[in-house]
Amino acid sequence: MDDFIMRAALAGLGVALAAAPLGCFVVWRRMAYFGDATSHAAILGVALALATELPVFAGVLATALAMALLITGLSARQFSSDTLLGVLAHSALALGLVAVSLIDSIRVDLEGYLFGEILAVTNTDLVVIWCGAACVAALLMWRWHALLTATLSPDLATASGISPRREQLVLTLALAVTVAVAIKVVGALLIAAMLVIPAATARPFARTPEAMAAYAVAAGSIAALGGLAGAFALDTPAGPSIVAVGAALFALSAAIGPLLRGRT
Amino acid sequence: MSALIETENLHLAYGGNTVLRDVSLRVQRGEIVTIVGPNGSGKSSLLRALIGAIHPISGRIIRAEGLRIGYVPQSLSINSTLPLTVARFLNLPKRVSAQAALAALEGAGVPELAQRQLGALSGGQFQRVLLARALLQSPDILILDEATQGLDQPGAARFYQQIESVRQSIGCAVLMVSHDLHVVMAASDRVLCLNGHLCCEGTPQVVADAPEYRALFGTGTQGALALYRHHHDHDHHDGCDHEHSDVPVEKESA
Repeated sequence: MDDFIMRAALAGLGVALAAAPLGCFVVWRRMAYFGDATSHAAILGVALALATELPVFAGVLATALAMALLITGLSARQFSSDTLLGVLAHSALALGLVAVSLIDSIRVDLEGYLFGEILAVTNTDLVVIWCGAACVAALLMWRWHALLTATLSPDLATASGISPRREQLVLTLALAVTVAVAIKVVGALLIAAMLVIPAATARPFARTPEAMAAYAVAAGSIAALGGLAGAFALDTPAGPSIVAVGAALFALSAAIGPLLRGRT
Repeated sequence: MSALIETENLHLAYGGNTVLRDVSLRVQRGEIVTIVGPNGSGKSSLLRALIGAIHPISGRIIRAEGLRIGYVPQSLSINSTLPLTVARFLNLPKRVSAQAALAALEGAGVPELAQRQLGALSGGQFQRVLLARALLQSPDILILDEATQGLDQPGAARFYQQIESVRQSIGCAVLMVSHDLHVVMAASDRVLCLNGHLCCEGTPQVVADAPEYRALFGTGTQGALALYRHHHDHDHHDGCDHEHSDVPVEKESA
């Protein structure tokens, strides 16, 4: 098998490893739009990185983190609403696109950042993706019980000596890192799909949160590999193909799910 | 005897709006204290301050050293996307042995529920599971926030009996907010009547006879029972602006 296919497959699996369990929390905490806004801010990070000649990873990480913290801060002051998140998500994307186009000294392949270019993943990218993914997975495992308790009820968490704010911050950090590693693979526009779709696919089959996270990793991995194979066979763009396979898996799960209702 | 938990001149506010002012209370080891008061009187806020979920604007909360609090919230809305068995829920945030989990469920009167999904429980079962989780920490004090909301009267009565038997078996204090006035009056050692401030407190009989208490729970009936109204005339208020009408005889049976 060609090296670049191997690298693409490994990159896709790395993203699934981080995005799927994090995506479970995004689903449980109704943060889908939060994920959207944070990942759209990544384009602004690309512009920042190009302007300052920083690595794209660093630029994306910084802006995703800033956006996630901004949303967390605003929602703590009870500004949180669909509307506000919608405003932030699309404004970040629009500002990013404008900013990238202003940097006219460099010819930028914008499409690559919007939809990913998994086939162009280098060995260095692979190291960054797997290190980032491993950090996210380790962080989630370390805080798992506290995160779950805070997700169920902030008051119950507080009564058990867990700070819901700190756990929210953990998720915010994990989300920013995931966005930064996923942009190369599926692109800023589709990162949120890699968070939400595998988790939603896993739900009907799971009786515990841990099982749901594990099934989500499996669904995300199948989507990544299946999408890559499909992209080769049909000569379609890889990022959208991965998400399309994920969506097909979700449709299948949603169809089978009701049959299992008595069990879960 | 030193108190398990006490507050001194506690002042709570949300976004600049005062919800409670000047609340000083003590809960002793082993006693059952009930907080009553109309909606919006700051009952839940007081409990949330005691567990540390909101920070007072001024005043102090003093907890006995190493105090273990078992908290039973008003209700939990379990997101249907979160799969969670009762057994798994009891293991949050700390793993407990299967025996301990079963013992706690037995203490709460629902040993058969361990493998059920949390989202599929009835209101009464759910409150008992919350109680079981609180029992797992072998609490010095159980704090319950309208734990019988949504239960019918026999269900509520059984729940309070369970609380009483829990107290007898593990000797914890109980501090609860309740709307079930007559049940509360029968089961409590002490009652605190709250309405933005501590209106009155004492044994159930003392509180039931207090004009402040009668005023509060008379107005709950939309004035239908009010023969006449007059302005708040008891002397402990300081800038308290709600109206207390002086209603004789009947209590609301909420």
